[in-house]
Amino acid sequence: MRLELRGITKRFGALVANDHIDLVVAPGEIHCLLGENGAGKSTLMNVLYGLYQADEGQILLDDEVRTFDGPGDAMAAGIGMVHQHFMLVPVFTVAENVMLGHESTRAGGVLDLDSARDRVTEIAGRFGFHVDPDAVVEDLPVGVQQRVEIIKALSRDADVLVFDEPTAVLTPQETDELMAIMRQLRDEGAAIVFITHKLREVRAVADRITVVRHGKVVGEASPTATDGELASLMVGRAVQLTVRKDAPRPTESELVVSDLRVTGADGQVLVDDVSFTVRGGEVLAVAGVQGNGQTELTEALVGLQGSVSGSVRLDGKELVGRSVRRILQSGVGFVPEDRSEDGLVGEFTIAENLVLDRTDGPPFVRRGALQLATRDEFAREKVAEYDVRTQGIETRVGRLSGGNQQKVVLARELSRELRLLVAAQPTRGVDVGSIEFIHKRIVETRDTGIPVVVVSTELDEAVALADRIMVMYRGRVVGIVPATTPRDVLGLMMAGVPPEEASGTDPENEGDVA
Amino acid sequence: MTATTVDAAGPDARAAQRTVSTATWKAAVGLGVVLVLYALLLLLAPHEGSARFALSTSTDFVVLSTIVVPAMATAWVCGAVGLLVLGYAVVRTRAGRRVPTWAIAVFAVALLVGFLAWAAAGSPRDLSVVGLLGGAVGLSVPLVYGALGGVVGERAGVVNIAIEGQLLAGAFVAAIVGSITNSPWAGLVAAVVASALVALVLGAFTITYKVNQVIVGVVLNVLVIGLTSFFYSELLVPNAETLNSTTRFERLPIPLLESIPVIGPVLFNQTIVVYLMYIAVPAVWYALFRTRWGLQVRAVGEHPKAADTVGIDVVKARYRAVLIGGAVVGLGGAFYTVVSINQFGREMTAGAGFIALAAVIFGKWDPLRAALAGLLFGFATNLQNVLSVVGSPVPSQFMLMLPYLVTLLAVAGLVGRSRAPAASGTPYTKE
Repeated sequence: MRLELRGITKRFGALVANDHIDLVVAPGEIHCLLGENGAGKSTLMNVLYGLYQADEGQILLDDEVRTFDGPGDAMAAGIGMVHQHFMLVPVFTVAENVMLGHESTRAGGVLDLDSARDRVTEIAGRFGFHVDPDAVVEDLPVGVQQRVEIIKALSRDADVLVFDEPTAVLTPQETDELMAIMRQLRDEGAAIVFITHKLREVRAVADRITVVRHGKVVGEASPTATDGELASLMVGRAVQLTVRKDAPRPTESELVVSDLRVTGADGQVLVDDVSFTVRGGEVLAVAGVQGNGQTELTEALVGLQGSVSGSVRLDGKELVGRSVRRILQSGVGFVPEDRSEDGLVGEFTIAENLVLDRTDGPPFVRRGALQLATRDEFAREKVAEYDVRTQGIETRVGRLSGGNQQKVVLARELSRELRLLVAAQPTRGVDVGSIEFIHKRIVETRDTGIPVVVVSTELDEAVALADRIMVMYRGRVVGIVPATTPRDVLGLMMAGVPPEEASGTDPENEGDVA
Repeated sequence: MTATTVDAAGPDARAAQRTVSTATWKAAVGLGVVLVLYALLLLLAPHEGSARFALSTSTDFVVLSTIVVPAMATAWVCGAVGLLVLGYAVVRTRAGRRVPTWAIAVFAVALLVGFLAWAAAGSPRDLSVVGLLGGAVGLSVPLVYGALGGVVGERAGVVNIAIEGQLLAGAFVAAIVGSITNSPWAGLVAAVVASALVALVLGAFTITYKVNQVIVGVVLNVLVIGLTSFFYSELLVPNAETLNSTTRFERLPIPLLESIPVIGPVLFNQTIVVYLMYIAVPAVWYALFRTRWGLQVRAVGEHPKAADTVGIDVVKARYRAVLIGGAVVGLGGAFYTVVSINQFGREMTAGAGFIALAAVIFGKWDPLRAALAGLLFGFATNLQNVLSVVGSPVPSQFMLMLPYLVTLLAVAGLVGRSRAPAASGTPYTKE
């Protein structure tokens, strides 16, 4: 089925999320929609899927104008979507999730689970993988959950399939497998829209590329274009994609973590006897698929986890068991994973957020009273230094873009006297321009001679920043390897394969993207 | 092309995530404390004499002889059983495993029998076991219906704090309609409608206007109490003969089943409303877990957005569930005025709705467990009645606290980890 979007415009108040976007996707083609976070890709697809109503424009299927009042209509018309955040009910089984919304029933409204099971097995079989229809979704690894999403879309005979940032949660190997599935679907005649901001994947799988920036189509690109060309089209200017850094100059300072264990409320060992050392002047990148203990590891380092055993020594001083305040006072800077949840108070101004951790004394507090003049001067200085794009220091932080919010967090953490920097997902949801800036700052911090721990689920980022890479899987350290380790080896390690074994595998088994 | 074959278990099988035991001493310590209190009671206030447990009445089909036991000896034997369970609990916890529910049940029953023997010792009257259990079933009716309605609402994502108000509205309207028509059936239907109307208001505010569900529920309770109290004194009291004097449902013994010793008179010599309850409990379970309707209800209560993206109308599904839940609660409301007694009294539900809410949580949002929890709370209420008839030495004020104490202990101590429907309490907003 041929999908055509004509002049789609969607406004949210004053913000124009989609500005007269045209897009044609033919059957048997993978059409890549490339753009930064916030460029309007997901909005466009939500319009297509009936979740939003377009203010202007038309949706055509096989040259016939269609309107969708809700996802139900879109699905009935043959549009399927694999959502970025899986639309699966975690406590339901695979079969229940697949049948939800178009349940087949026997007499008396009784669910016909058998036919749903058969459907799951049949569709999974077509793609050569196996999914237990009776497995509860929340117990499945994310890669398998995504397959359930795909099966769900296919079980309704979707001819147009939208993949919304599908690779964000996958290991490189799982990504390769997903791409194989996408190609197979294309070869069977489906029209596929693939939304992403990862250049590597675009070039690997796309037949055609449309680039979106600030809600507008800014051009088409050929899959043979270089990363640099695609990136500058996406961002609108030339972009430095690699991180420039010199060889590390180790100092005396060091962070020694030994046998660190974090236990969750239900007895799950989230960080399992993790030991590593980071020298001053060195970046240790913690790689791994999201949810393998990285979050808990960073939180344990700054004292935010409850049930922690083992030892964390910074320059010989034990940090485990200390309060968060004392850990911060001993010189730990922390960029949390979720800045809107843990890093900033959205309703506070930039100035207030910049001194959140400095309210225990001079220069910002004297005799219990806030020193507003000092604070504002400090804030203006930092806003200029970190290039925070804003109308002023009185702007509420919640109104800033992701990149500018992250710069505020970074400015606050780096403006203290630091002896250790822990940065979790420092560039998640941040525009390419800000990523450059943040990476530069992290490298500069390393060069002041303190240990730096960076957690990233984006392998490219981990490789770019790291002097050494530590891969975590299910709470354990799979291995600590040099930053020059090949991507496919790292990818296998992210799936739990020990480094010796991973580097020994036959490269022909590897995916074609690696 | 050949697709890559990947097993769902995949490479992760090589390193399953470790878990460590989180067995706590909560259960064992709790049992120990109760056992110590029990022993202290026996030591400080010994009650010589014998306790008489009547298992049947003279009119029963099978007349069983009254069991007479020496009170203190029985109480101590029961205490010893409790001690055995405690020992088992300690061994289990040491081994890092949970204390099973059956052990706690054995413990509770043993100490209960011991306590009854102690309380009934020397009383001239027999302690009627049938009366104790049968009354418990009766008293649990509004709790069970209330809990069932609450489960349905919460499974769809709407917390129903207004069960109390729904019960009261049902009881009030059933009294008036039942009196005017002289038909308990009409009263029952009217109660269902009245309670569903309260649910409709709850739905309008929480689903359509997205007001905080707890606040709406609390306000609705206060509103219904105020309205019924006002109309009670202004309307029902002056016209008690015509408007507040219902015909009650008769007891309807079921032939054959009724003749089973003990169980027969307890379960099968009840009114139609109780028999309806026997049907409603499995019916609600079946509807929630085996039908299309139930799957959609649970989906909107767990992940409304996912339900929306597969074409389920979340708002409609929630309204439907809240209204059905309200109707079920209404059956419990009718119990007060067309089954239990034949007239309405000011605030006669006396917090039953809140106990039903506790039963929802204690029952882990499962209709069968919630109904059992309702039965437990009903039993606690009736225990207090029976003991005051027997003439127990415990001051009646303390006995009145019993149902609430059991509720508190059950929800705080025994419920363990339970998980509410993920979206329960959260209004659904399309972006």
